Formats: sequence, structure tokens, C-alpha cells
Amino acid sequence: MLLEVRNLTVRFGSKTVVDGVSFDLEASSRLGIIGESGSGKTLTTLAIIGLLPETAKVSGSVTFEGQELLGLADRDFSAIRGNRIGMVFQEPLTALNPLMRVGKQIAQPLRNHQGVTLKEGLKRAMELCARVGLPDPDRIIRSYPHQLSGGQRQRIGLAIALACSPALLIADEPTTALDVTVQKEVLSLMNSLVAEEGSSLIFVSHDLPVVASITERVAVMQNGEIVELASVNSMFQDASHEYSRKLIQAARTSDAEFGHFTESPSA
Amino acid sequence: MSLILETRGLSRIFSLPRAGFGKERAVRRAVVDVNLKVEEGARLGIVGESGSGKTTLAKLLLGLDTPSEGEVRFRGQAIPLADMHSFRRQVQVVFQDPRSSLNPRMQVGDIVREPLECLNVTENHDTRIIEVITEVGLPKDLVQRFPHELSGGQRQRVAIARALAPRPKVLIADEPVSALDVLVRDEILSLLADLTTNLGLTLILISHDLSVVARLCDDVVVMQHGTAVEKGKTMDVFRAPRHEFTKRLITAVPRLPGTK
Ligand SMILES: Nc1ncnc2c1ncn2[C@@H]1O[C@H](COP(=O)(O)OP(=O)(O)O)[C@@H](O)[C@H]1O
Ligand SMILES: Nc1ncnc2c1ncn2[C@@H]1O[C@H](COP(=O)(O)OP(=O)(O)O)[C@@H](O)[C@H]1O
Ligand SMILES: [Mg+2]
Ligand SMILES: [Mg+2]
Repeated sequence: MLLEVRNLTVRFGSKTVVDGVSFDLEASSRLGIIGESGSGKTLTTLAIIGLLPETAKVSGSVTFEGQELLGLADRDFSAIRGNRIGMVFQEPLTALNPLMRVGKQIAQPLRNHQGVTLKEGLKRAMELCARVGLPDPDRIIRSYPHQLSGGQRQRIGLAIALACSPALLIADEPTTALDVTVQKEVLSLMNSLVAEEGSSLIFVSHDLPVVASITERVAVMQNGEIVELASVNSMFQDASHEYSRKLIQAARTSDAEFGHFTESPSA
Repeated sequence: MSLILETRGLSRIFSLPRAGFGKERAVRRAVVDVNLKVEEGARLGIVGESGSGKTTLAKLLLGLDTPSEGEVRFRGQAIPLADMHSFRRQVQVVFQDPRSSLNPRMQVGDIVREPLECLNVTENHDTRIIEVITEVGLPKDLVQRFPHELSGGQRQRVAIARALAPRPKVLIADEPVSALDVLVRDEILSLLADLTTNLGLTLILISHDLSVVARLCDDVVVMQHGTAVEKGKTMDVFRAPRHEFTKRLITAVPRLPGTK
């Protein structure tokens, strides 16, 4: 098992925001996490990668590649983050350093974890740019984040996350801030990169059709708890929890409405 | 059917700050030569990616911004009209994020009262407030609450109540459900559908989400880089898009497994 999360609980004072979350993730498998805003999706992923705010109290267990991550010392964690576990966030602009050229930022994890020189790192950054479908890598690596579009920035985010071929990629609402045409491109890119790398994926989103398009299993969160965890298919056939049923119903209604408008009845 | 809103050669060009000393002042053509005809009672969707000029167009239609070229006409008369109060009573707006569009220091009742007072609405304000709060499906006692005490969906209902208070003929909704969770989004869309039917409103609904427009609008305009690249009946445009960009938008909408 690549990742085992057991009874993960996060509290702020007396408020429990992640409540006894447990799940497993095998190597090269994918899990979606879905739920309304405030249901605890982001804090679940932050707890796994040890980036919770200082005021948070966490308990339970997170085992990754056989190692307990909860309570791991900062310097041990930084050997894992960006190396064995890559991360992509919703707003790549805030995740990127605005003052550093993106080439250097892509090279950073390689220099930190693989000890490559800056020169070698930049060369690898150009290759990574090409892999994430950025044209003109020469120019891209010399750009600052604000000089790029939202879609380009998210591709850079992917390049950084995947630079060290992580065993696990955690993506938190990576396409929520993007236009739908760009979302489609980034999803298909992420899909093929994760497949090529053989990485596992945790994909967080509030958007069921998006989650269903990229993962095989999905966990539904409500008020800090996983209320249902099942394969996408069985969830669509018979979701057992009331809230999952509502989510699926809403997605079906909107999908059917759209289908009605786009497909001629004869087809 | 009579024309209620019309735009003729409507453009809005922003001049941007100089990129540097001695450099030319750059311009952004946010809305470019848009010609629309909106019939009374129509439900028109405006779709497009972010930055395509949807919000700028909405502001021009509302008379909150001045065209660089062309004009907006309301019932045949160019705005600004001599009586802008009357125009504002008849053309109201709901914005995307009720958190920022509702004054956090005002009680719900006062938020809804504001347009009644500012626009010199003559009917009894207290009665109208309760009426419109009920109409949007909120309990009456909510009038004494503050926005932060409400859920996202309730806040958007308050924003709709405020817009409906002066009994407008046209409701412009700019991304009204984009900030809401899926299930809440569903409720607000149903509410908007019911309200437009029951009140005979003309609806102009702006969204980057094509399924939202499919659900609510009979007509659609597709915006790209400030230009209306395609318009027509929603079903015609979505089934047989002519413009390349419209095709890309439609095929990019994420679909559920098992649907084609
Ligand atoms: N630093 C914090 N202090 C207190 N509460 C927090 C903090 N960060 C998040 N929360 C609360 O924890 C809950 C879960 O948040 P989050 O995991 O971000 O939800 P999601 O990603 O599902 O939208 C929310 O109710 C949020 O308000
Ligand atoms: N006040 C302004 N000054 C300069 N540029 C603006 C201003 N308002 C909008 N723009 C620009 O006009 C274009 C259209 O913006 P907007 O109408 O907000 O698009 P949309 O609502 O479709 O996302 C964008 O490029 C935006 O940056
Ligand atoms: Mg989140
Ligand atoms: Mg806008």
C-alpha cells in the first residue's frame, strides 16, 4: 500500500474540521475527493503533506511508503514533499514565487532532492516545459509567473510537481480557476502524465463530472467526514449515502439538460 | 413582442497605464461592436471565457459604465435616459459573489429597503420587503439578520430579493451561481427560472458555464475577445455551432461517464 490514512482528525480549538478520515491508496491508483466548500477536503490533503496551519491539532495516522508522516520532523518532511509527493494547487499564481523566473522554480525540486546543478536543472526544466505542452520552453523558463496565462501557470505547477517523478501527486482543485477549454487541456495533460509516470493521484474537486473524468474511486466528504467511498461506477449506479445521491442527482440533471441542448434527438 | 433592450455598435475600450516612459499607451478592447436585440420576456444567456467582456457588457447595459462607441437603448431610447431612477427601477442586477455585493453592516431588511428608498419607489416599503423576501423563499424573520449570519445560498437569495424589490422588468445576473456549491447552485437556478416565469421578467444571464445557460435561456450570445461571435436560439447554437470557438466551448464541458 502506498498510502494509508487512518482516523485522521484535525481540530481548530473545539472545532473538528476533519473527522476520523480513513482511506487507502495503492501504487498507481487514483482517488477523487469531492464535497461542498468547507467540508474538509483541503485540510485532509494539507494534513497528509504536513502543511497544516500551526493552530491546527492533528491526530490519527498517515503512512506513506511505510513511513509514518504525522509528527515527522520538518527536515524529514522536506525530503518527501516535492520529491516523493508532488502537489498542485487551485491558484498557481499564489503557489508560485512571483519574483523568481519559472525555470529556476521548476529546477528547484531537482536541485533540492537530486543535487543537480543550476545549469543541469534549467536544462531539465526546459524538457519538463516541453512535456507539459508549453511551446517555446526557451522563452518560458525566463518568464515570471505574471507574464503567463492561468493555464500556462498551471502547466508550470504540474512541471514542478512532477519534476522528481513522485509516487503520489496531490491536486487540490487544480482546474477550478481555469476556463472550461483550458480545464479540459490541463485535465487531459494531468491524466497522461500521471499514467506515464505511474504515479498515484489524489484529486480534490467540488465538481463531480471533473472528478469522474480523471479518477476511478471517489470519496465524498461532508462536515469533515468521508460519508461514502466507492468506485465511480458503483457510486453512479447506487450511491448509498443521501448526500452522495443528491450530488449525483444534481450532476445528472445538469448533464441531461446540457445533453438535451447539444445532441439532436435523432442521433 | 417589443424590444426592451438593444445595443448598437456598442464598444468599450479601456486605456491601460503606460508600460514605461515614452511608451505608447496600450488599450484593451473589452467590448467590440456588439449589436444585440433583447425582446421583452426573453431569456438571454451570455457565455464566454473569463476576460471576454461579459461583465463590461453587463455594466454598459446597466448604465453603470459609458460606451466608448455606440449606444444602449432601453425601449427605444438611448441611455442615459432623462429619468435614470425609472431606468434603474426597471433594470436590476445580481452579481456573482453575494459576500462582496451585500453590505456586511446592514441587516437583510435594510439591504432590501435600499433600492426602494434610493429609487423613490412609492409603495409601502415594509410590506414590499416582506413580500419579496418571501418570494425568494426566505423566512420573514431573516430581515433582522446580517449577511455573515447567512449561508451562501441565502445570501444570493437576499441579493435577488434586493434586485426584485423595485419590480424590475429586466434582471441582469452576472455569474449568479459561480461562487455557490453544486446543490445550492441548483436551488438558485430553479428559483431564477420560477421567478422569470412567474413575474414575466426579461432575463440576461451571464455565465462561463454552458450548462447553466442551457438550463435557463432560450437565446444565447457567445463572446470572445469582446466580440459577439455567435448568437441564436440556445438549442440551435449548442446543437449546430457555426463558430470554431463555440464548438470548442461546447466540447470542453465535462460530461458524466456513460453519456456521450
Ligand atoms: N486556519 C483555520 N482556522 C480555523 N478554521 C479553519 C482554518 N482553515 C480552515 N478552517 C475551517 O475548516 C473547514 C474545512 O476547510 P477546508 O478543508 O479548507 O474545506 P474545503 O477544502 O473542503 O473547502 C472549514 O469550515 C474552514 O472554515
Ligand atoms: N476598468 C478596467 N480597466 C482596464 N481593463 C479592464 C477594466 N475592466 C475590464 N477590463 C478588461 O476588459 C476585458 C474584459 O473584462 P470583463 O468584462 O471583466 O470580462 P469577463 O466578465 O468576461 O470575465 C479584460 O481583459 C479585462 O482585464
Ligand atoms: Mg479547498
Ligand atoms: Mg465577469
